[in-house]
Amino acid sequence: MSDIRLMKGNEAVAHAAVRCGCDGYFGYPITPQSEVLETLMELRPWESTGMVVLQAESEIGAINMIYGAACTGKMVMTSSSSPGISLMGEGFSYIAGAELPCVVVNVARGGPGLGTIQPGQSDYFLATKAGGHGDFNMIVLAPNSVQEMYNFVFDAFELAFKYRNPVMILSDGVIGQMMERVELSEPLPRRTDGQIVEQMRSWAVTGKPVGAQRNIVTSVQLDPIVQENVNHRLQAKYKVIREKEVRYEAIGCEDADHILVAYGCSARISHKAMELARDAGHKVGLFRPVTLFPFPYEQLDSVCKRAKGFLSVELSAGQMIEDVRLAVGCRARVEHFGRMGGVIHSPNEVWQALQEKLLNR
Amino acid sequence: MKTMQEEMIIAGFGGQGVLSMGKILAYSGMMQGYNVSWMPAYGPEQRGGTANVTVVVSERPVSSPIVQEYDTAIILNQQSMDKFEPMVKPGGILIYDTNGITRHPSRSDIAIYTIDATAEAATRGLSRMFNMMILGGYLAVKPIVTLDSAIKGLAKSLPERLHRTLPDNEKAMRLGGELIRKA
Repeated sequence: MSDIRLMKGNEAVAHAAVRCGCDGYFGYPITPQSEVLETLMELRPWESTGMVVLQAESEIGAINMIYGAACTGKMVMTSSSSPGISLMGEGFSYIAGAELPCVVVNVARGGPGLGTIQPGQSDYFLATKAGGHGDFNMIVLAPNSVQEMYNFVFDAFELAFKYRNPVMILSDGVIGQMMERVELSEPLPRRTDGQIVEQMRSWAVTGKPVGAQRNIVTSVQLDPIVQENVNHRLQAKYKVIREKEVRYEAIGCEDADHILVAYGCSARISHKAMELARDAGHKVGLFRPVTLFPFPYEQLDSVCKRAKGFLSVELSAGQMIEDVRLAVGCRARVEHFGRMGGVIHSPNEVWQALQEKLLNR
Repeated sequence: MKTMQEEMIIAGFGGQGVLSMGKILAYSGMMQGYNVSWMPAYGPEQRGGTANVTVVVSERPVSSPIVQEYDTAIILNQQSMDKFEPMVKPGGILIYDTNGITRHPSRSDIAIYTIDATAEAATRGLSRMFNMMILGGYLAVKPIVTLDSAIKGLAKSLPERLHRTLPDNEKAMRLGGELIRKA
């Protein structure tokens, strides 16, 4: 029996958390993602599944609760928006360094600084290149619908445990605040403590039985050779992730002369811009990276092999464009278009930019 | 054949029920099997500030929930009139409540309708349902969903404790259909 609802992207994240068997959510309110915590408080999952929902004293508190709880092999997550995500950066690095699974949802808003509460996509660098100090990567998923906000919570936990790595769902104020039809799946039960011990025996700290070897979870290694080995292990893991976990969507790219590259809300807006361009007789395609780390470098190049121009569209000064350039090299013209500071570009503006920057040159 | 797609904006003051009208339309469209999106201007708006919501109801999947040209604009205050009248597509529809409007719309390439919902709702003791009168008026002009679906949509978006108000809301919707006039 399918459960069809009309709800906001943020609400879908909360429902997904409860239904995927999440053990704990720790967060702090910030627009435009506050409905995640609000919806969880309304759903009262501590009475049904036993899931813990806690409003921390700050984002720093929240991410460190995640760090602690993740050590025990539990499924834990947090959510915030850009300035709050910045505060969590130290925690991301520790969690990645200690190789722990967790899910972080960023419903991004315009910056820099406290910025604006309106939508933004200027956290691309933060999410994919520099979530914190040190050589580490988070896996980054970019939903572009309310249904994907729901589905990606399940996917994110799967990836987080598969690789014992933090996974960020990088959304934005449009996808978080908009309502759409969403199909909710059957709730999965939370894992029992016995199952957690069984499945996470090799690394989690779940209470040491007599005679068993103890697990140590740490992100500090004072011997540089040992720390370098940790780095080698992390890099080997990221290599596997780059090879196996790339996801993307290509619409009308095979025969296209020009490609719009966009994720999240800009992918939705660019889809309509693509329709406008096609109505006007231009062969324009839309390439949407679904994973931002790993970025679909080879796929962007090979799927769009006919294209001679790429327009990277995001609500920023131009961050993803660097990866688009890395993907296609010097073989094609690559341009950026995007409004900033919380202003959302319209499909018409994207279509105009496509003409000015690529079609009419 | 051109498929049905309605891209609309509902704009007014916070507290007028602008977001709720949009939600009811989205719900009823969804129940009739259409694809829908509902995107609020979610700023620091509150009672007295401006509020607006973009709703798309479509046979095709909704590509962009953000649009800047509308098939229909429902306008409930002067600021929204100034901002959104120019953004109605040629051949589109503008519906407005005359209450508080000092500069009336002047475009000749769109169909303009008025409904004195604020005043009528007050004299009939339905003040809190004035937005449902507007909604009923809109659906009389452009029946993208049936009135029955809209009433079901309303029941879906109202909390149980307010379901006793459903008959009055339905009355307000039907009344709106009778009161709307071509300007």
